[in-house]
Formats: sequence, structure tokens, C-alpha cells
Amino acid sequence: MTKLNSKIPEGPIAEKWTNYKAHQKLVNPKNKLKLDVIVVGTGLAGASAAASLGEMGFNVLNFCIQDSPRRAHSIAAQGGINAAKNYQNDGDSVYRLFYDTVKGGDYRAREANVYRLAEVSNNIIDQCVAQGVPFAREYGGMLANRSFGGAQVSRTFYAKGQTGQQLLLGAYSALSRMVEAGKVKLFTRYEMEDVVIIDGRARGIIARNLVSGKLERFTANAVVIATGGYGNTYFLSTNAMGCNCSAAMACYRKGAMFANPSYVQIHPTCIPVHGDKQSKLTLMSESLRNDGRIWVPKKLEDAKALQAGTKQGWDIPEEDRDYYLERRYPAFGNLVPRDVASRAAKERCDKGYGVNNTGLAVFLDFSESIQRLGIDEIRQRYGNLFDMYEEITDVNPGEFVQSVNGIDYYKPMMIFPAIHYTMGGIWVDYELQTTIPGLFAIGECNFSDHGANRLGASALMQGLADGYFVLPYTIQNYLSDQAVWPKVSTDLPEFAEAEKSVDAEIDRLMGIQGKRSVDSIHKELGHIMWEHVGMGRTKEGLEEGLKLLKALRKEFNENLFVPGKKDELNTELDKAIHLRDFITMGELVATDALHREESCGGHFREEHQTEEGEAKRDDENFFYVGCWEYQGTDEKAPVLHKEPLEYEAIKVQTRNYKN
Amino acid sequence: MAKNISFTIKYWKQNGPKDKGHFDTHEMKNIPDDTSFLEMLDILNEELIEEGKEPFVFDHDCREGICGMCSLYINGTPHGKTATGATTCQLYMRRFKDGCTITVEPWRSAAFPVIKDCMVDRSAFDKIIQAGGYTSVRTGQPQDANAILIPKQDADEAMDCATCIGCGACVAACKNGSAMLFISSKVSQLALLPQGKPEAAKRVKAMVARMDELGFGNCTNTRACEAVCPKNETIANIARLNREFLKAKAKD
Amino acid sequence: MSVTGLALILFLTFHACMNVAALFSADAYNAICGFLGANWYAVAATAALAALVALHFIFAIILTLQNRKARGNNRYAVSTKVNEGKVEWASKNMFVLGLIVCLGLLLHLWGFWYNMMFAELAGCESQISPTDGYGWIVYNFHDRPGACIFAALYIVWLAALWFHLSHGMWSAFQTLGASGKTWLKRVKLISLIWNTIVILMFVVVVVYFALGFGSCGECTSACGDACQQAAECGAAC
Repeated sequence: MTKLNSKIPEGPIAEKWTNYKAHQKLVNPKNKLKLDVIVVGTGLAGASAAASLGEMGFNVLNFCIQDSPRRAHSIAAQGGINAAKNYQNDGDSVYRLFYDTVKGGDYRAREANVYRLAEVSNNIIDQCVAQGVPFAREYGGMLANRSFGGAQVSRTFYAKGQTGQQLLLGAYSALSRMVEAGKVKLFTRYEMEDVVIIDGRARGIIARNLVSGKLERFTANAVVIATGGYGNTYFLSTNAMGCNCSAAMACYRKGAMFANPSYVQIHPTCIPVHGDKQSKLTLMSESLRNDGRIWVPKKLEDAKALQAGTKQGWDIPEEDRDYYLERRYPAFGNLVPRDVASRAAKERCDKGYGVNNTGLAVFLDFSESIQRLGIDEIRQRYGNLFDMYEEITDVNPGEFVQSVNGIDYYKPMMIFPAIHYTMGGIWVDYELQTTIPGLFAIGECNFSDHGANRLGASALMQGLADGYFVLPYTIQNYLSDQAVWPKVSTDLPEFAEAEKSVDAEIDRLMGIQGKRSVDSIHKELGHIMWEHVGMGRTKEGLEEGLKLLKALRKEFNENLFVPGKKDELNTELDKAIHLRDFITMGELVATDALHREESCGGHFREEHQTEEGEAKRDDENFFYVGCWEYQGTDEKAPVLHKEPLEYEAIKVQTRNYKN
Repeated sequence: MAKNISFTIKYWKQNGPKDKGHFDTHEMKNIPDDTSFLEMLDILNEELIEEGKEPFVFDHDCREGICGMCSLYINGTPHGKTATGATTCQLYMRRFKDGCTITVEPWRSAAFPVIKDCMVDRSAFDKIIQAGGYTSVRTGQPQDANAILIPKQDADEAMDCATCIGCGACVAACKNGSAMLFISSKVSQLALLPQGKPEAAKRVKAMVARMDELGFGNCTNTRACEAVCPKNETIANIARLNREFLKAKAKD
Repeated sequence: MSVTGLALILFLTFHACMNVAALFSADAYNAICGFLGANWYAVAATAALAALVALHFIFAIILTLQNRKARGNNRYAVSTKVNEGKVEWASKNMFVLGLIVCLGLLLHLWGFWYNMMFAELAGCESQISPTDGYGWIVYNFHDRPGACIFAALYIVWLAALWFHLSHGMWSAFQTLGASGKTWLKRVKLISLIWNTIVILMFVVVVVYFALGFGSCGECTSACGDACQQAAECGAAC
């Protein structure tokens, strides 16, 4: 267990970060110029880290798979970013943000990391405003806030429904400034294939130029991966098509431990699946739950009629509707945290109350708010989302249908939960360093701050906190003695060997020459994951899932077809490499889910629920971070290590959103 | 309820920037009209791969209209025709008629060389931003966010400018291959905010110079860019850019 | 382009106002002609004007070449369609329109300037005195052989000029930054009205004389003969 030293600084929780900064080792300005850092990924975490490290004087090599750093999927975040500014004078504080985040995470996050996150949250807002991020303002010129699920204060800063975009463009502009200054060298359309370890330390990467298909070697004094989550393991998710976990898997295979893979967030308000040709799911902002009411019919025959298409939502009168969230959670109603809302929808659909042709959808209805506030007010708030919904589904939510007994009926939206975010990730200590010295993981890619469930508007906060305010400090503690070491040459045998093994693996994939396209196997993987490792997990289901995954790997290894050549632009090859790692990732998720005999946050084991169907944690036996160590081959099951959680500041309780 | 349509797709194949390129055609049968355009291309690629052919290459990523990666010129319109303007990924097959022919081309502009098929190199946009599309602040401890008061109207207008996703449709539609709408959006965003003021003159000169250097054309105010912008950026931004530029030049 | 363009619009405006004088009084018109005859300031202004046109033309060529290069060698197979209704036809064809305007200008120089200012400077002899501008108008649009074709060409020329200005004028303001979200519409409207009035003033003069409303009272006898010829020609038309 010595491998997992979380390195949490001494002292009371509120002073840990200050203490750490006061006592950490620094790198003097001259030496910074001699040190190279590789940052893989240009999302919020990657771009902000690359920019900040460049500003400090380090030489940064920054990689991304897209054509530009600005395309990273952080850009798609809609809602906002939390910070404990207390501008609204509603009693917010660093402690309260910390507390809400830990509670929202179902008491499975590392306390010290979360407190630090809450602490630097305010700096993020200051930093972004200074960069010219156009956050929403009030008439007086002050910053505006909105509220989000799982909190009782308004602490979310936002820029229309495009907060992620604006924050990413802020980080991108800082990054661009450093590129112009020559401190950051940008490699676009490059994919990291392996991390190179020399004398036990991460010393470089092997990256593939996606345009030429050539493998290239890059050396540095430290490697930072900021490559996002693994949601696309499920094929259908709200992630971008290019999102993948290959870089993380490369680190995992080289010995970096993977923590809590079973914590996968399922977002309750996505547009339902419409057919088997679908490539991705579109998220409808959580903010819709402020004014929309979620329901299914009370009577099973009504649901049957809806599924058959003989009835429409508006044909079902008010008294026959079951607003199940309001019924089950009177205190929070439609604004319960994401995991709770998602599970409740699944529960209704499993019982046969689904409302579309597949039986996998529930209604999100604005009739009541439109009647109360008027369509203009509702369109003012959600107009762009309504338009987007109409463009996709050809249904205009909020279109008046009829008035019966003084109640107006409008066309409702249909929604269903979908994979959205992964709380699990590469294990890191307080310094964001993985179990491989010199290898750091930041943003969604690491596991640290969200526990078993992430609250809305916290992902942006974490990505930027890691990139701007945490890593640039903690990495110096590692780099401080590096300046005296000679530069590592890419001609060393370790580089040659890493490159050779990547090349051999690519040859293997190209050489299978089977019958099945990458996507067809990926879809199958998605089905297995959603069915057996999805929202409601059981022991039998997970065991079955693991069996199916094994069979799927065999199918992949024997029957994959990749057209084209390896030394040219080959999108199918890119996808094949991703898929190979998604299958391994899928097994990791299932293995972790199987071992975790409790329900918490995004991980719900049907055996472990209360009589009312709520998640039942087992703090006695599972109050730890589950970390998995690779055993040299994908065929062997990984080995579990535990990082016990130690809570000093917060009393661990059962989450309660009922009253 | 979704109905199915069949049509002919004519798609551009080009092996690298120097290749001449040509169209290939494929018959698409019974595509549900609630399929998105890119999902339809996924189906096309599945069918091509099944026939042992190489897939059709195009850029795409988030598929929800925000990353700016998708970039197809469909039937004479960058991103294809929609009601209010949207990216290629937000285009659905119900906008096409049964039995029609759909022609898919890449962005064609000298500053955006083709990498393969309909995938083009838009790194010129990054280079323009690198020339000055930022405020020079270091990560650290700037003043409190509320220390700078910004009138709501200015903040909202800056937000509208900042909405640009850098997809390049403006350049693709422009008969002059001009990037003015793109750069004016960034210049406008920062010109409208007090944070951008100290460097305003330097920024606009540097960005315009970089744009010219990279071989983009000149703006002749045809407004084609505005007509195809999926994020509805307006040429009012270009007027502001011109104003900022003249102001900056006048100071020299 | 914008600065030279606006300067030329200013010139056109003066020119149009001057022409209108011919509708009311031949004397007044000739007085203005005399005023702008072979004086040093008129010659200087003409040179400046020529320089403006040349600059406008040279810039147009440079920009068009640059823009064609920026567009690249690959053309779209399906030409851009989006722009239906949103992109004005004139804005896409400014160069061609400009060329038509230039051709018209040559016609104009040959018909008027050569006979009037140039003749006066060179001291040539002709049927109509170089200072009798009014006479030249009547001659060109009504009396000369093929006057109706001459007039028709003028109308075509002015139409091209109208299209050119319908885009050029507001566009010049836009390029100079004198536009914005609310002002764009206003600038466009003002430009449209302005340029329509200017062109109409030109057109009215042409039509007025082509239809023979120009009095021959002040004409020389030579002019009278020409009148007769023109009448025959008019009948032939």
C-alpha cells in the first residue's frame, strides 16, 4: 500500500493549501528556462496549465488531437462555473462550497482536494474576467449568478448557455499568447500513444502525427495529461466523437493506477435515443429543470398508448400525470442532483411507463410555467434550447395544443438520461501526481474532486483550478531538482522500445483484416456497457457484462477491419486504437462496479438500496478510493489497492434531498 | 413520425493539398429523416467500409454545434441550409427531399488547404488569434472580478461577439476568401470590454497584419459571411474592426 | 477604395446638380460650363479627378487580384446559394459593374469632354463652340446621328452606375467604420436615397433632351441642321 501516498499536507483543512504553498520547493527563474513540460490536451485543464507554465518560464509542448486547441470538448459545457464569491449575499462561503461538493459527491471525494478546489474557485473568476470572458452581468455592471442543482445558494457564474465555450476561449487566448511568445509549442492533430518511462520517471511520450500517420518521440522533464474522461466507452454519450481514454489507458498500462472507474455520471436531461444509427446524445441544459416538470402517466394503459403512438402527451389530463420527482422528493422536487433524477427516470421506464416508441423517455413539461409566466418569459429563458430541441426532433416544445377545464396543454419535451461525465480517473495525490513520478493528471482525466457524483457547474471549476492554480505550483515541487539533470535524449533505448511497441500494436490492428468496422464493434460495446454497467447495476449483470466484454475483445482482435494504410491520415485507425482502449476501460468500470458492494452517487447497485429505492452507502466497508493496478496484459484482471478516506472537517451522513 | 428518404450523395475526394480531387457518388437508401447529416455520413462510411473502400474523411467532433470542427459545404451552402443558421452537425435529413442529389464539398479557400477529402487545415485562424486575440494577463491574482464594472449592454454585446466558434464558414462563403468576420468578432469582443482597452490599438494592427500575411482576401462587404454564420455574427463587427483599425493607424 | 469612391460620389453629386441646371436655362448651364472651362483650377480639378478614378481603378485591380488569389484555384462545383436574398447581386459584381462604368466614361469623355474642355484647350475648331455646353447636350442626345443610341447607352451606363453605387456607397461607410448594428440600416437607406437621386438627376437630363424638349433657341444654324438630321434619325428610331 505504500504506493498510494496521498501527500495531504499537515494542519487544519482551511490551512493545508496555504501551508503547502509556503513550504513547497520552487524552481528559480533561470532553471525554469531549462525545463520542458509536456501537456497533453488543450481543454480547460490542459490549455490553462500550458499557458500558466509557459508564463512562468517553462518550455511547454502542448498536444491536441483536433485541428485547433479551441475544439476541446470543454467547449460544450453549457451551464456555468461555481465559485464561493458570495456576491449575492446569500450566505455562501468557501466552506459551504466545499461542503456541498463533498455531500454532492456522496462522501467519496478526498476532503483536502475539495477544500483546495473551493478555495481557488474565487481566483478562477477573477482570472477569467481579467482575460475578457464576458460573464453575464446585472444592470449595475456587477456579475450575475444563477443557482444549480444540489446547492441552496446562487453561486454559478455563466455566459449565456455557453459558459464552457467562453472559459475555454479564455484559456485558449492565454495559450495563444504563450505560443506567440515562443514559450509553448503547439502540436495539433497529434495523439499521444504512450508515455516513456526512464529510471522510474515519466520522461516523454510517443505521439502519432494524425495527418502523416508517423510516430514521433518527445522528451521532457515532466508529462501532464489532461485528456478528459472515458464517457465514450458507452458509445452513446454527450461526449464529443473524438473524446477517448487512450492517453489515460497508456498511463494505466505503464503503471499509473486508475481510481474509482465505476463512478460514471448519467445526466438526466438528454434528448432520447431515436434509432440505432444515432452517433451521440445531445444534452439539454440542467437549467430546464428550474421551470420544467418531469412526469410520466399514472396509468400503464396511457403509457402503452403513448408508446404505440395512439396518444400524445397532451391527451393525458393533469390528474393522470405522475410528477414522480415532486412526489418522491418534495423538498428538492425537480431539482434533485443528477444521479437521483436519472435513476428515478429509469425506475419509471423499467416499470413500463416510458413515453416514446422505445419506452425510454419521460416528459419534461413547461405547460404549468408557461401558463404562470407566459410563453415570452419562458422563451426568454430557454428560447435557444427550445430551438435546438426543435431542430433535432421537429417538435416545438411550448407550442400550445389545447385548453381543457382551464388548464392549458403545451407540447412537452421528451428526455432521457445519458452518460455525461466520469468522476473516476487516473489516481493522483494532493500534488496531482500519479503513481508514476513525473506524470501528472489534471481535469476530468484525474479522479480527485467529485467523489461519486459531480454537481452541476463543478467540472469547469475543477479543470481550471487544476490548470491555473494547482498544477503550476505542485509541479515545481517535483521539478525543483530536475534542472541539474542532463536532458534526456529521444535516442535512448526506452524511447525506441516504446515506439516499437506502439508501431507493432498498430501493425497488429491493421493486420487483423476481419469483417467488422470499428463503429459496429463500438456500438456493441456501448450496448453491453449500458445494459450491464449502466444506471442500475447488479452482481449478476456485471458478471455477465464482464463475460460479454471478454468475448467482445476476442471479436475485436479477430474480426476488426481497418481500411487504408498506417502511414497516412487514417481516421478508422484512430478510432480502432480508441476502441481497443475503450474495451479495456469498460472492463475496468465493470470490475470496479462489481467490487463496490454499495450504492453511492453515480454507482448504483440494485442490491444496495433503501426501501424507498434510494442509494445505500456502506461506509463501514467502502469508505475508500478504489485504485486499480494493471497487471501487464489486458487479459489479466487488475489488482485493487485502497486509499482510505479520512474526513476531518465533515461528518459523513446519508444524503437527503427529501426534506 | 420519421419517414425514410433515399438520395444520391456526391462527395469530394482529395488525397492531400496537391491532389486535384474529384467527386465520388453513392446511393443512400432508406435513411430516416430524423438522422443528422453527420450520422448519415457515418452510415455512408459504414457502407463504404463494407465494400472494402476507404471512408470519406471530414472533420467533426462535438456534434452539438459548439466546437466548430464540422465544416462541410452542402449544396452550395457552408454547413447546409437551416432555418436560423446552424453548424453541419445540427443539420437534419428532414431538410432534404426524397430522390435528390446532395453535393458535399470542402471549404475552398487558399488559406484553408485541404488535408484530405473534406478535412481542411484551419490553423491560420489559430495564428491570427496568436497575433493578438487576448489580453496580456498573467495567471495569478488579478483584482476582484467585480472591481471592473461592465454595463450589462456591453457585456451582452461582447458575449454575442465572443460566440464565434471559429468554424471558417465565413471564409468558405466569401468570394474573396476574407476572414474579416472571424477576426472582427474577436477584436469587437475585446474592444467592447474595459479589459481589452490597453492593448486595443496593438491588437487590431497585429491581427490584421497577420491576416494579410496568411493570404486571406479583402472584405468587400458582400455580407455572404453574415448570411452563413451559424452563430449569427454580424458585419457590425467588421465596421467596428475598421473603426478600431483606423483609430490605431491614426495614432501612429 | 472607400475614400476614392466617396470622393467620386461627391463629384457625381456636383455634376448632377450642374446638369439639372440645363433643364431650366441654357444660359445658366453654359455659365457653369464657362466657369469650369479651360481655367487652371478646372484643369487641376480635372487632373485630380482623373487621378481619383485611376486610383480607384488601380486599387480595384489590386484587390480583385488579391481576392482571387485568396479564394484559391479550386472553385465550388455548386456555386454559393445561401446568399439568395441576403447578398446583393451588385456586391458580388462590383468589378464588372466598374468596368461598364469605365466604358461609359470613355463614351462620355468622347462625347463631351473631348469636344468641350479638350477642344478649348487645344483650340480646335468645331461646329459647336466648346463653351456651348448646352449645345453639346442637345447635339449628343438629340441632334447627332444615332443620338438615340447614344442616349440609350447613357441610360445603360447610368444603370450600371446606380448598381455600382447601391453597394459602393454604404460599403464605403462600412469600410471606414462609420456603421454599426443600428447605423448599418440607416447608412444603407441614406446611401440608397442619395445615390438614387443623383442617378435620377442624370437620367432626367438625358431623357429630357433625348425626347427633344431641349430648346434650339440658342443654337447656331449648324445646330439647326443637326436638329433636322436628328429629327429624321429620331423618326427612324
